[in-house]
Amino acid sequence: MDLIAGWFSHLNDTTGINFTVFYDAFDRARFLNGFLVTLELCGVTITGSVLMGILGAWGQGARSWLIRVLVQFYIQMFRNTPPLVQVYFFYFGLSALLPKVTDNLGMQHPLIGGFIWASISLICFAGAFNVEIFRSGIEAIPNSTREAAEALGYTRLQTYIHIVLPLALRICMPALTNNLVNLIKTTPLAYAIAVPELLYVSNQIWSDDENVPEMMLLLFIIYIGLVGILVFAMHRWERALRVPGLGR
Amino acid sequence: MKINQFAFGAIAAVAASTSVIATAKADAVQDIKTKGVLVVGVKADYPPFGSLSPSGENIGIEPDLARNLAMRLGVKIQFVPVVAANRMQFLEQGKIDVLIATMNDTPEREKIVDIVQPDYYASGYNVMLPKTIHITSWSQMQGVPMCAIQGAFYNKEVAEKYGAEPVAFTGVAEALTALRQGRCNAFVYDDTAIEGKLQNPTWADYDMPLPSQDPKPWGIAVKQGEPELADFVSKSIIDWDKTGYILSLETKYGIKHSSFAEQMHAKYK
Repeated sequence: MDLIAGWFSHLNDTTGINFTVFYDAFDRARFLNGFLVTLELCGVTITGSVLMGILGAWGQGARSWLIRVLVQFYIQMFRNTPPLVQVYFFYFGLSALLPKVTDNLGMQHPLIGGFIWASISLICFAGAFNVEIFRSGIEAIPNSTREAAEALGYTRLQTYIHIVLPLALRICMPALTNNLVNLIKTTPLAYAIAVPELLYVSNQIWSDDENVPEMMLLLFIIYIGLVGILVFAMHRWERALRVPGLGR
Repeated sequence: MKINQFAFGAIAAVAASTSVIATAKADAVQDIKTKGVLVVGVKADYPPFGSLSPSGENIGIEPDLARNLAMRLGVKIQFVPVVAANRMQFLEQGKIDVLIATMNDTPEREKIVDIVQPDYYASGYNVMLPKTIHITSWSQMQGVPMCAIQGAFYNKEVAEKYGAEPVAFTGVAEALTALRQGRCNAFVYDDTAIEGKLQNPTWADYDMPLPSQDPKPWGIAVKQGEPELADFVSKSIIDWDKTGYILSLETKYGIKHSSFAEQMHAKYK
């Protein structure tokens, strides 16, 4: 560790290429923290948006017209507005309506913090696309398969969970991967509402040290890495789930 | 013959204009007195330091200082509105004689213009708090979420020195909205800009109770190579400090006495 720090410090002294995050303890701590927040944000929103997609796709085929209309309304709302506007809407618009807690110094604390609002809005944004992605998979399942399940005595929910969804998931995997990649690349929007993720801390660091190109390079490499890992994992999963003959 | 006359005329004209420049260089103060008007660059968008009244008049602490300079010279005053990006260029080009426009005195700027000593004012950073919060020292800022502007140099300082938690937004409007919504309990910003905000009745429930931190001096500038003018301005500044004129202007425009102005008053009293 000292060796790396020493080398980057030397690099700065001799060439002016200033990677403070590798040798300055304060910058390293906040950069690492930013990286962890980004990981957490990615994890929460990927899980949340996939669940949202599964739930929404089920709702689209529900018998109740009310649920169908609600799901359609949700999709149109979040697919047709820019994600940055959604983040601002949740953080500054909706949260103003919520009650606040006041402590003994007279300080107010919001019930829901920036991280949770960012997660909620990103889940809603990516979830809207996931619903449509899952629908494409569900509609690709032949009606005869559904009828066969019905003939075996499956209820509608059981058919969805045990037959339709597992098959649909395999069909919509490539589109899902695309959307999740996009989701990872949308997480830096959280910096607009002061969630201390990677872009936010990088901005703080380059304002203090004036090393914009170096930090940009680092951000670039980290996001390539993050997306690369996701794509790799999704491809492995896709191959592991492959059913011979399906979709060919 | 005609050509000769023309050449002579041209040479004479050049000689005359050089002599004008020479006299200008010799004594800028005399030049202003001959002109009968002192042209001063001030801000028009930075209340209470320099702004425009509804009738279009330049008002604020800095226009008042400029009027005082003109009065001492016994000439009329003329204002030219400047912004940070053009103020030193206006001075270099001779569009203005003196620059009083919330400018920090830095070594880089001293290479371009002549920043008169002593500095006349100083601004630091401070926090804007709701009046419901009773805080008396910076040490109580430990762990307090503090709205800030992304990229401000003091964000790191309030975190390292006082343990506050900066919540930095891209713009002032977002940070102020977040402060109003209670997403943070304080807003860290330039003290002079906070003073300006607090004069607005919409921020009547907010206050700036703590002392400003890390003051950076502001300087009045003149063009380089005008020692008489610089000397005149310098003497005027010392006289303002001596008589407490800057302190009285702070009172006039409804802002607190800055510790810099108080120190300077004590020094030259």
